[in-house]
Amino acid sequence: MNKPFAITLDVGTSLVNHTGSWRTERPRYVDRIPPCNKTCPAGENIQQWLFHAEEGNYEQAFKTIMQDNPFPTIMGRVCYHTCESACNRKDVDEAVGINAVERFIGDEALRHGWTVECAPDTGKKVMVIGAGPGGLSAAYHLRRLGHSVTVFEAAPKAGGMLRYGIPKYRLPREKLAGEISRIEKLGVEIKTASPVTSVADTMKEGGFDACFLSVGAQVGGKVELPTDGSVPMFDAATVLKDLENEQLPDLNGHVVVYGGGNTAMDVARSATRMGALSVTVVYRRDRNMMPAHELEIHEALEEGVQLACLRTIKAVKNGELELEVMVTGEDNRPVGTGQTETVPATVLVQAVGQSVDLGPLNGLDGVEVKGGVVLVGKDMQTGAKGVFAGGDMIPSERTVTVAIGHGKKAAKNIDAFLRGEIFVAPAKHDDAGFGELNTWYYSDAPRSVRPVLDVARRQSGFAEVVGNLDEETAQYEARRCMSCGNCFECDNCYGVCPDNAITKLGPGEGFAFKYDYCKGCGICVAECPCGSIEMVPEDI
Amino acid sequence: MTQQVKYYQTGTYTVGNRLLDQEQRTVQASLDRSNALDSGHRACQGCGEALGARFAIDAAMRATDNQLIACNATGCLEVFTTPYPETAWQMPWIHSLFGNAAAVATGVAAAQRVKGKKEVRVIAQGGDGGTTDIGFGCLSGMFDRNDDVLYICYDNQAYMNTGVQRSSATPPAARTATTMPVGPNPGNEFGQGKNVPLVAMAHGIPYVATASVHDLHDLERKVTKAMSMRGARYIQIFVPCPLGWGSKPCDSIKLARMAAECGLWPLFEAEHGEITDSTKLRKPAKVDGYLKLQRRFAHMFKPGNEAQLEGMQALADKNIVKFDLLEEKGDEE
Repeated sequence: MNKPFAITLDVGTSLVNHTGSWRTERPRYVDRIPPCNKTCPAGENIQQWLFHAEEGNYEQAFKTIMQDNPFPTIMGRVCYHTCESACNRKDVDEAVGINAVERFIGDEALRHGWTVECAPDTGKKVMVIGAGPGGLSAAYHLRRLGHSVTVFEAAPKAGGMLRYGIPKYRLPREKLAGEISRIEKLGVEIKTASPVTSVADTMKEGGFDACFLSVGAQVGGKVELPTDGSVPMFDAATVLKDLENEQLPDLNGHVVVYGGGNTAMDVARSATRMGALSVTVVYRRDRNMMPAHELEIHEALEEGVQLACLRTIKAVKNGELELEVMVTGEDNRPVGTGQTETVPATVLVQAVGQSVDLGPLNGLDGVEVKGGVVLVGKDMQTGAKGVFAGGDMIPSERTVTVAIGHGKKAAKNIDAFLRGEIFVAPAKHDDAGFGELNTWYYSDAPRSVRPVLDVARRQSGFAEVVGNLDEETAQYEARRCMSCGNCFECDNCYGVCPDNAITKLGPGEGFAFKYDYCKGCGICVAECPCGSIEMVPEDI
Repeated sequence: MTQQVKYYQTGTYTVGNRLLDQEQRTVQASLDRSNALDSGHRACQGCGEALGARFAIDAAMRATDNQLIACNATGCLEVFTTPYPETAWQMPWIHSLFGNAAAVATGVAAAQRVKGKKEVRVIAQGGDGGTTDIGFGCLSGMFDRNDDVLYICYDNQAYMNTGVQRSSATPPAARTATTMPVGPNPGNEFGQGKNVPLVAMAHGIPYVATASVHDLHDLERKVTKAMSMRGARYIQIFVPCPLGWGSKPCDSIKLARMAAECGLWPLFEAEHGEITDSTKLRKPAKVDGYLKLQRRFAHMFKPGNEAQLEGMQALADKNIVKFDLLEEKGDEE
């Protein structure tokens, strides 16, 4: 024995002792779906593109948005950002300003001319009817999948409601044109001023393999009112369309808008900009029941628009409107009181809903229509084989973002249809709820606010109301993202393991557990800021 | 001119952060940390001491370019790392008795001095029993002579290795095997015990600090600072013990964080007997939340023991004033 005094065994490392055998539960890395992603109607991977923006890699952020939505700069202006309402950060301080960052990224992309790649041509031809957000979204996704796409648009310019429904002060036209032109450059053909009278005929003539319908709800509705003809009446859809076509509607004097939705706000705010003496929005229910987005109402009020809530128009006579005072009754229904009052009116614009022109569907067998809209299956397909539909013309919430989501979903289903397959959406991850997070680790950071144009300047022209964040602020805002449910490589698990049982794989590669030594204490799970580790029982 | 973007999502609260410069990340975040205390050791699940020891020694290894010798007092740390013939230490390490780690370290430092190895630095380490009770004489002597040793006490507030007996670092009201929750004053007595960081300060030694496993940046900074100095230095690190405290293994860091945030474990540093800095409370809290997660304090929440709870809160409040732990508004990064 050649050993030192009193030593009988060779000294060795503790690594021979596999303490992993003590474990009854094992940690594992998971991706969870953050609330922003989950609630986004367009299905954007918001957490992921914020991750790239945090590093200042805006082009990669742009490309990530483009996987789901071809309109970041438009979204950053007109989306009602349900993501922000769902954001877990609102329970820490305030929600992340996702919309503002998206707009910054979108503007950067246009400024630099960034674009994306398409798959090799498949030889399949798809026609899209309607160059609105839904139609263009479908066309874009189908093109990226390698299909040949032609978009038919009845109006003289592409954009649909983005152009003919949303005023310039919310969406400058050069931004709209920029993002549409990017889609055209990918090879999508857009035929404007080309109304389709028969879907069936056009499909046959053009040799199209499938069709996506997204004609929107362009027909303005009107309520029949007893009138002596002293006040001209218009519908909101026509007014906004004329505004875009520079056929300026006569919105002078005392303008009254009837209705409480976003379209009513668009008309009211446009009238303010055109020099109306007064603008009054008449709505039959209570203020808090108004379907318009709170931000729209807020900005309209700032600009001097007056609200006359709980009022209905009974009659029009002698250049005045007779309003009946309502009260809120059962089930929040407005109930008339019989009491009336009058307001002066030079012009009345009705913004009481819009409907779909279903004319082009004549001659298509199997299409089912209910309540003025087209019914589709889970795959967005109508009753007619190979004809899909989305946007305002199918039953759903009528927003730009929803239409864009429809376009993407339809494109995936059409792509599968063209291959004779059925599209199966990948399984969803578990939710990344607030309870999964360890928010102690996030620095305190108040939300940064976008500059807003002076009210005086808003009342006198169509300049954009909400400004852009500069790069520094946009990046700050992106970094407020807590990365819910998805590892952002903070090294916490690697650092806090008492058993040195985690391997760091390097930037972008994440981490791996050494299950030979992990005792299953669960500290890594407890101390993971973003909830991307979970414990699962061992098979014993 | 572009301004530096200052906000880093998690700032320096997490171990690392991919957005931070390398030098702003912790030693623990690096791929080449020494892992002086390696896998395969036999500490319980969720051991705060194993964590604290690796944090501290890895930081000291980096600060000294790996020219480091550790002298270990008997205690949990020794038992779970070195059951003969295995060792979890990837560094020169020497075993000593329960009570003489400070004296052994003094000797090792003297030997290095005699051999002219100025660059080789010495750390002594032990638990609270071996430090505040049994080894206290040797420790005080080491301070008195200003020997060139950093002594690190991993404080888990009782003799855990031998079956959770009270030490002079056990907090009031805590249940241990020798302070059972019976009688009119259940658990450990109020008004007794020994605050060794303050006793160390009374020796006027160059550096004294408290640290905690929940604040790694702070812990590493203090160890690194201590290693940049010569003479006797002392750091006491708060290391939760799931076994002795009756807490969940996954809560070890959480408990350390809560102990600090309620004021029961103030983080401060002192040079030559004077307090130079203290870590402000980020999200101040009452003591209840911290106590409730531990079975050793369970009796405090029974009817009739309200005075104990008030007494504990009073201790925390006193610390908050004494160590100036409240943030002045406007200091946030």
